[in-house]
Amino acid sequence: MNQHHLTHLKELESESIFVLREVAAQFEKPALLFSGGKDSIVCFHLARKAFAPAKIPFPLLHIDTGHNFEETIIYRDDLANKYGAQLIVASVQDSIDTGRVTEEKGFNASRNVLQTVTLLDTIENYKFDALIGGARRDEEKARAKERFFSHRDEFGQWDPKNQRPELWNLFNGRKNIGEHFRVFPISNWTEMDVWQYILQEQIEIPSLYFTHERECFIRDEVIYAHANVIPLKPNEKPEMMQVRFRTIGDISCTGAILSTAATVEEIVNEVAAMRVTERGGRIDDKRSEAAMEDRKKLGYF
Amino acid sequence: MKNKPSEINNQQSDLFRFTTAGSVDDGKSTLIGRLLYDSKSIFEDQYEAVKATSKKRGYGYLNLALFTDGLRAEREQGITIDVAYRYFATPKRKFIIADTPGHIQYTRNMVTGASTANAAIILIDARKGVVEQTRRHAYIASLLRIPHIIVCINKMDLVDFKEDVFKKIKKEYEDVASKMNIMALHFIPISALEGDNVVISSKKMKWFKGVTVLNLLETLSVPGVDSNDSARFPVQYVIRPMSNEHHDYRSYAGRIASGLLKKGDKVTVLPKGISSRIKSIEFAGNHRSEAFAPMSVAVSLQDDIDVSRGDMIVNSDNLPLVTHDIELMICWMDVKKLAANRKYMVRHTTNEVRCIVKEVNYKINMNTLDKMTDEKTIGLNDIACISIRTTMPLVIDRYYTNRITGSVILIDENSNTTVGAGMIINVE
Repeated sequence: MNQHHLTHLKELESESIFVLREVAAQFEKPALLFSGGKDSIVCFHLARKAFAPAKIPFPLLHIDTGHNFEETIIYRDDLANKYGAQLIVASVQDSIDTGRVTEEKGFNASRNVLQTVTLLDTIENYKFDALIGGARRDEEKARAKERFFSHRDEFGQWDPKNQRPELWNLFNGRKNIGEHFRVFPISNWTEMDVWQYILQEQIEIPSLYFTHERECFIRDEVIYAHANVIPLKPNEKPEMMQVRFRTIGDISCTGAILSTAATVEEIVNEVAAMRVTERGGRIDDKRSEAAMEDRKKLGYF
Repeated sequence: MKNKPSEINNQQSDLFRFTTAGSVDDGKSTLIGRLLYDSKSIFEDQYEAVKATSKKRGYGYLNLALFTDGLRAEREQGITIDVAYRYFATPKRKFIIADTPGHIQYTRNMVTGASTANAAIILIDARKGVVEQTRRHAYIASLLRIPHIIVCINKMDLVDFKEDVFKKIKKEYEDVASKMNIMALHFIPISALEGDNVVISSKKMKWFKGVTVLNLLETLSVPGVDSNDSARFPVQYVIRPMSNEHHDYRSYAGRIASGLLKKGDKVTVLPKGISSRIKSIEFAGNHRSEAFAPMSVAVSLQDDIDVSRGDMIVNSDNLPLVTHDIELMICWMDVKKLAANRKYMVRHTTNEVRCIVKEVNYKINMNTLDKMTDEKTIGLNDIACISIRTTMPLVIDRYYTNRITGSVILIDENSNTTVGAGMIINVE
């Protein structure tokens, strides 16, 4: 191989930076959806590279369900402070308090679905016209069909059967007033690519991704963190376990894995040997075979 | 199920993009499922889900096609309706598959998948041979300048793995291909269902001396950057920090479309035609002495010239063309027909201008691949040659020499949708 060849990570990085710059050039008011998970952290890192030495020309937007891990919130605030990024936090609790949504009830209640309303309300309030997200096509079958520039109608809905063709690297961000786009710069990255990149770039990530002792319990073969947002059933007994999180979402819908991986190298090796998909521990996807597709059509991330 | 080889944890492998095409029921999804399954890229929970669904629907075997099924409508109708992207890796390479449907009404998706592909797998049913859709796909692949075409003659199990069937279809295909400009052609007899010659060499087709599909995909060359390639740098965004630390800083951000840029190179900014030299090349705020395609960098020039998005910085020794009048091969992607005198937006690299269709020169007959000069209206999935005139000049190369600076999309200004994919063949 000659020297004028990029490794897969360099090529993916270049593609993502191109997409991020297209967003800044084509839209008036973009925002970067930031969850504190590794994918949005990588997006933030790529955006810093894309616009250096200038600051990122759009704010970070966090849809806070109120059920986040404390570590995620601390990480988010530190990151915004360290790099002088503008952070907007929209709260699902506010949507509940103002009667925009009704909280789910029962043992498996989650605020995951409610986020969509908060997100769409926030888009409308701030008049955002493009929301950059860290979703990847390898994550889930509905996401496998996403475009880099994904059009949303005035109700924030996705129409998977009528998507714009996306050719070469020509991204069509034209839209009518009231419509917006979701843009996915790391569409072509796999879970392994993300971890290899975090390793290569030495990106700081929340402590939740590394092994730690935590009080957990098991329900439907998933290891949950014991927290007051998930009421225990009578037969469920929390115990201390050596765990880490493979993805980070709400406490109520993110499963932990038993792991002793304490460094990014160890995580990369662990991911290489994984026998279950990343979202296998995501309870939000398990509601039905088309759970993600249905949520996405309504305007979910 | 899954037991990945640990070498996949390899940060030095390269990226290879390929697309799949074929008629309905030629077994594309099964082939991809087989590639994923036999290369151990399927996770346990995916495997269990597909096993359960296969059983629930009463299939007699594990339906590998289910690994690539995405949307609800597809599961209900049992067909693929949109481009789906799949990822897998072997110790040698990372692969991105654009899985595109064979239905005639979704041909636009094949063009989409083909536009960025390093290779196309075209499937042919061994019982049916070359059909209309095969010709169409072969033609699209040649039109889009896909560097490698891999013709997989599938369902060999249903023709008793006979060599003469393979040879006959290969001959038929070569006849079709001889009318086209195909860069490299490969033929493999396979059974996606039974796994012959996909990842593992077939024991039932010992007469075939070539390699398996996976082996071929792992070893095909990806065109690298040649220092003789003409440098093309479409300006995407102007970086101006406006901070005390970087007071007068200004650089031009973009992704190098082709060639190599070096500090000190003599360059021309088009369409204005102003010359300068490269003062610096930066990536993520760090200076570099050179950069090459397809890197995303930021470039600054020695002279203070007005440069903005849509301009192109190019090597002064080999200039692209600057013109209003362009002849395109267009693949039409909209139900609303294309005709002379219609107006559209043209997006070319980072530029967006208006255009009028001056003339429909001819339409391609997809059965005979002949030029039909009396056909003047172009409908969904048609391929035609048209002449357009743009309101502002575009800085172009012919698609034949440059897939990035030689391609455009047409956008309908009322619906905002992408209605055509164009490849520049000539200027007037």
